Amino acid sequence: MTEAISHTSRTEDVVTVRAEEVLVEPPMGDVVMTLRDVAVSFGGRMAVRGVSFDVRAGEVTALIGPSGSGKTTLLRALNRMHDAVRTASVSGTVRLGDLDVYAPTTDATLLRSRVGMVFQRPNPFPTMSIYDNAVAGLRFNGVRKRALLDEAAESALIGAALWDSVKDRLKAHASTLSGGEQQRLCIARALAVEPEVLLMDEPTSALDPIATKRIEELVGELKERVTIVIVTHNMQQAMRVSDRCAFLLMGEDKAGELIEFGPTARLFSEPSDPRTLDYVNGRFG
Amino acid sequence: MTVVLEPPADPTLERRAAIQAAAASSLRRRKVSSSVALGVCWLFLAIAVVPLVAVVYYVLAKGLPAWSTDFFTQPTKPEGVAAGGVWNAIVGTMVITAIAVAVTVPVGLLCGLYLAESDSGVAATLRFTADVMTGIPSITVGIFGYIAIVRNFGYSGYAGAFAIGFIMLPVITRAGETAFRGVPHSLNEAAMALGARKATVARRIVLPTALPGVITGVLLAVARGLGETAPLLLTIFGNQFLQWSPSKPMEALPILIYNDSSQPYADQVQLAWGAALLLMVVVLVLSIGSRLLAAHLQKERR
Repeated sequence: MTEAISHTSRTEDVVTVRAEEVLVEPPMGDVVMTLRDVAVSFGGRMAVRGVSFDVRAGEVTALIGPSGSGKTTLLRALNRMHDAVRTASVSGTVRLGDLDVYAPTTDATLLRSRVGMVFQRPNPFPTMSIYDNAVAGLRFNGVRKRALLDEAAESALIGAALWDSVKDRLKAHASTLSGGEQQRLCIARALAVEPEVLLMDEPTSALDPIATKRIEELVGELKERVTIVIVTHNMQQAMRVSDRCAFLLMGEDKAGELIEFGPTARLFSEPSDPRTLDYVNGRFG
Repeated sequence: MTVVLEPPADPTLERRAAIQAAAASSLRRRKVSSSVALGVCWLFLAIAVVPLVAVVYYVLAKGLPAWSTDFFTQPTKPEGVAAGGVWNAIVGTMVITAIAVAVTVPVGLLCGLYLAESDSGVAATLRFTADVMTGIPSITVGIFGYIAIVRNFGYSGYAGAFAIGFIMLPVITRAGETAFRGVPHSLNEAAMALGARKATVARRIVLPTALPGVITGVLLAVARGLGETAPLLLTIFGNQFLQWSPSKPMEALPILIYNDSSQPYADQVQLAWGAALLLMVVVLVLSIGSRLLAAHLQKERR
C-alpha cells in the first residue's frame, strides 16, 4: 500500500487520503429519537413502511432517496403532522427520549414544541413582524414573560444567522425579507421554542445557490444546539451537511422502504446495498 | 482540599426548561380555551342550520300532500273551484329559464373568459359592473324590465327572461372568470409554445380544463334565476291558463307561490306549498347535480 502511494501522482494521493478521512465514523451521541418499524399509510395505501433507525444527539441525520420514496412522509411522522390528515395512519414506534410519540397520553401540541419543523418553502406568517414571527411559537405555548421572549428571539435570530441584518428592523414585516432570509426566519421561529429535535423538509429546495449555502452552513452550526433530521433530494447536500444518512427507495408496491442506514461517509463510499451504490453514484433517481 | 467547580450553566438548556415549563403549565388553559372556541363554533353552526332544517321540514310537510298527477299535469283552476295543478307555472318557468340561459350563458362565459385573460382597465370596469349588478335588488331589475320592455311591448315571457337573465348574467360571468382563472397559466404557455393562437388556446385548452367549474357556475346561476320572484311579478304578469308562447303573459312557479299563498282558499294555499316544494327540489337537484357532475369530470381526468 505504501509503495503504491509513493508511485501514484499527487491527485490520486489526495483522493486516497480523503477516502480514509471520510471513513472515520462519527462518535456515537446519545439516542434522541428511536424509530422502530415505522409505517405510514394514507387511506389504506402504504406510503412508507418498516423504517427503523436511531437519531443521535448533536448530529444531522439526512433522509435521502428519489421522489416517491416517502422521505417527507416519514419526516412528518416524527412530530405527528399526519394527525391533521384524516386518512393517514401511522404504525410502529417513534420515541423521543422516554416519550412514546404515538401513545394516547402524549399531547401532540406539547410534542411539537419539542420537535420543531421547517418546511420546503419559506412560510413566515405574513401578518406578523419579524420579531412576532420569531416569538410566535413561544406565544402559542403560553410564554408571556417579555424578558424570556426577547432573550429567546435574539438567541434564535443569532442562531439562524439573521440577527445582524434584522436587529434594527425587528418591527418590519417578515415579507420585506428576501427568500433566503425568510427561510432563516422560519428556522429562527422553530429554534426560539428551543426544540430538542428540528425537522427540516427540503429547506433549500425553493432557494438559490447562495441562500442554500448559507442554510447548509447554518445546519452545521446548529447541530450543537439541536438535533437535526433533514430531508433532501440533493445527494451533495446530504454529503455536505449530514453525519448519518437513511436511504429510502420506493418498493414494488410503491411504498417507500429503508434500504440502508449508516454514517454518511460510509453510505457514500462503501454502501452495503448495491441499490445505494447506484443511487449515490447518480445512476438513477 | 479539592474545589469542585460547577460547570457553567448552558443558557440554551435553561431556556428550554423555562419554555417547556410554560408550555406544560399553560396546557390546561389552552385546552380549555380551545374546547370553548370549538363549542362556540358548534353553537353558531347549530344556529345557522336550525332555520334551514325548519324551512325544509315545513315545505316538505305542507307541500308533499299537494303533489298528485293533477298537480303536475293540470293548469291552475279559478279560485274557489277545484284546485287543479301547476302545469302552467312549470311550463312558464321552463320556457323563461331556457331563454334566459340560452342568452346569458354564451355572453356570460365570454365575459368571464375576457375577465380571466385580460388585465386591462376595461376588464376591471367590467368586473366592477358585474359585481354591482350582482348586488342590485331584484325588484329594481323588475322595474327596469317593466319600463324598458313591458311599457313598450306588454307583459310577456320574453320580458321575464330578460329580467331573469339580468340576474343570472353577472353570476355566470364571475363564476366563469373564477373557473377560467383556475386553469394553470403553464397550460396556456405550453399551447402557445406549440404555435396556438389565443383563441385556439381558449377553445381547446382553457374551456375544456375549466369545464367542471363552468358547469357548476352555470347550474348555480340557473338555480338562482329559478327562484327570483320580484323581476317576474313586474314582467310576465301571471297567467292561469297554459301558455307555451313567450310572447304572451306567462305563469311561473315563484309567481304562483306568491299569488296563491295569500288566497283565502285552502286548495290554493296548498298548491302554493306544493309549488314551493317543487321549486326547492329542483334547486336542490341542480346544486347537488352540478357538484356531482363537476366531481365526476374532475375524476375522469386522473
